[in-house]
Amino acid sequence: MADYEIPDDLRYSEEDEWARLEDDCVVFGITDYAQQQLGDIVFVELPQVGDRFAKGDAFGVVESVKAVSDVYAPISGEVVSVNEDLADRPELVNADCYGSGWLCIIRPGDEAELESLLDAKAYRIYVEERSEPDQ
Amino acid sequence: MSDGEARARVGNVGNGFAYEEPLLFERSRPGRVGCSLPRLDVPEVDAHATLPEGALRDDLPDLPELSEVEVVRHFTRISTWNASVDLGLYPLGSCTMKYNPKLNEKVARLPGFACAHPLQPVELLQGFLHLAYELERHLAEISGMDRVSLQPAAGAQGELAGIMMIRAYFEHRGQRRSRILVPDSAHGTNPSSAALNGYEVVAVPSGEDGILHPDAIEALMTPDVAALMLTNPNTLGLFESNIARITEIVHARGGLVYGDGANLNALLGIARPGDLGTDVMHFNLHKTFSTPHGGGGPGAGPIGVKNTLAPYLPVPVVCRRDGAGYDLDYDFPRSIGRLHANFGNVAMAVRAYAYLRSLGPDGLRRCAEMAVLNANYLLARLRPAYHVPYDRPVMHECVLSDQRLESTGVTTIDVAKRLIDYGYHPPTIYFPLIVHGALMIEPTESESIEGLDRFVEALLAIEREARENPDLVRSAPHHTRRSRLDETRAARRPVLRWQPEDG
Repeated sequence: MADYEIPDDLRYSEEDEWARLEDDCVVFGITDYAQQQLGDIVFVELPQVGDRFAKGDAFGVVESVKAVSDVYAPISGEVVSVNEDLADRPELVNADCYGSGWLCIIRPGDEAELESLLDAKAYRIYVEERSEPDQ
Repeated sequence: MSDGEARARVGNVGNGFAYEEPLLFERSRPGRVGCSLPRLDVPEVDAHATLPEGALRDDLPDLPELSEVEVVRHFTRISTWNASVDLGLYPLGSCTMKYNPKLNEKVARLPGFACAHPLQPVELLQGFLHLAYELERHLAEISGMDRVSLQPAAGAQGELAGIMMIRAYFEHRGQRRSRILVPDSAHGTNPSSAALNGYEVVAVPSGEDGILHPDAIEALMTPDVAALMLTNPNTLGLFESNIARITEIVHARGGLVYGDGANLNALLGIARPGDLGTDVMHFNLHKTFSTPHGGGGPGAGPIGVKNTLAPYLPVPVVCRRDGAGYDLDYDFPRSIGRLHANFGNVAMAVRAYAYLRSLGPDGLRRCAEMAVLNANYLLARLRPAYHVPYDRPVMHECVLSDQRLESTGVTTIDVAKRLIDYGYHPPTIYFPLIVHGALMIEPTESESIEGLDRFVEALLAIEREARENPDLVRSAPHHTRRSRLDETRAARRPVLRWQPEDG
């Protein structure tokens, strides 16, 4: 299996997003597994500041040379900031998905939802399950 | 001087008759012309005196200046760079790149069709209207639908029209339904058509066997669901064998079923979507009915409906008046309106009609049978070398993946690029999305067994190369004018037009 970086201090969704609590907001992006699966990312479409999303809503789009994929809100809340650098440099998501390739910052509607996300250990198992050959 | 240097010095030669060709703009020379205008034989008018200021320009646009022969050679040379179905097998899955018979071209060029003006009075368009009327009825008969409109310009517009009709149907009934179910194996146009009509798209998971299951539909088919969009056979090439039960569930809850007709080629003369519970569907004349596809287009995406949706058809509708020939009927007060100028892409209707009439019902059925046989033959011969994610008998196409090549570092994109070296247009890749590293191959009925065998040998050779010399595959193509293109950079920093160097 290929090697995927899965930092211990983050929480993860089953849609392959990571989330990190910073003060009273949550920063999130897509995981190393997601960016490797997608390949070279060529376009990122993000929501507007002030948009509200429920957990699981599609809130943006990541387009790679292979596919166009929706990005889903890992928890519900209001968008307070988006990573505007990605408009000109979508490759940041490939180069540094947990750092300068972050997607959005949201103010959570319900912080407890963060607790419902996977921890690094559970997410690693989830990734490994999907990487097993089918037969 | 080496051979290569000598040829490079000559300038425009690529490799013998395989020419390199610069842009027309780069060939341009000031003052060179391709035609000579006759002397002005009417009084000269001062443009400044007759046109408003905003319509005047001070300088000429930077159009290239060339002679006629330079332009003819330019386009002839770049036409030789194309892959086409007339050049070789074009196994692009879900696109049904079947051969386009030359008889269709002959018929489409009959002056009565080719030289007709769309604004001629209907009395002078009786030939085409007769053909359109009959083609609509033939498509209805083939699909089991009640009415057909030829108007939509392509499959995606046919889908848009279909979902607009579904929306109009529920609005007329005063029902608020806000969601549409779309399987996870669907063509991307399905969720797009639903979203463009303001619907929320709900993905339906396929079963382990690659097809839809009634319980998945049962669970998602809430009262706010307007429709299920279904492709049959689906994009894995599998027949949706639960379709009768699935459409029953949708109808029982007041929903409608949209049929994506992209894969209709597998069903011709064998099964009819209308009999399987489809309420509205589109046809791709440029797939199933052999009209040109891609650069040779345009396409055509007629839409078929059951009588319940007929009041919403796009206008005008071709009709027959007793004793007075054919006419255009605009009296559809609940119509979704007009989708295309005049009658749609008329020349495609003429070609499709020629195809239908030359094959007849038995010939159409034979198309489907041969297309299915060819796809299963490819699958049987390729199974020893490539991973088959859903290994069941298929319909018109089969889906392989790069999973067994993982240790070599060769991926689907590399296999596709290497196929170009063997003289084949690559199949559809990385689709459907539910298969990781998919290679989706649709041979169509056009290929002989020898042609299929040559294609198989190419794929088997690439699989061996991947194990013995993976770098050869990973850096392919090698025998093209340009080697591996930087698709990422092209997508991130597209250069969409030529710019003068000093501008």
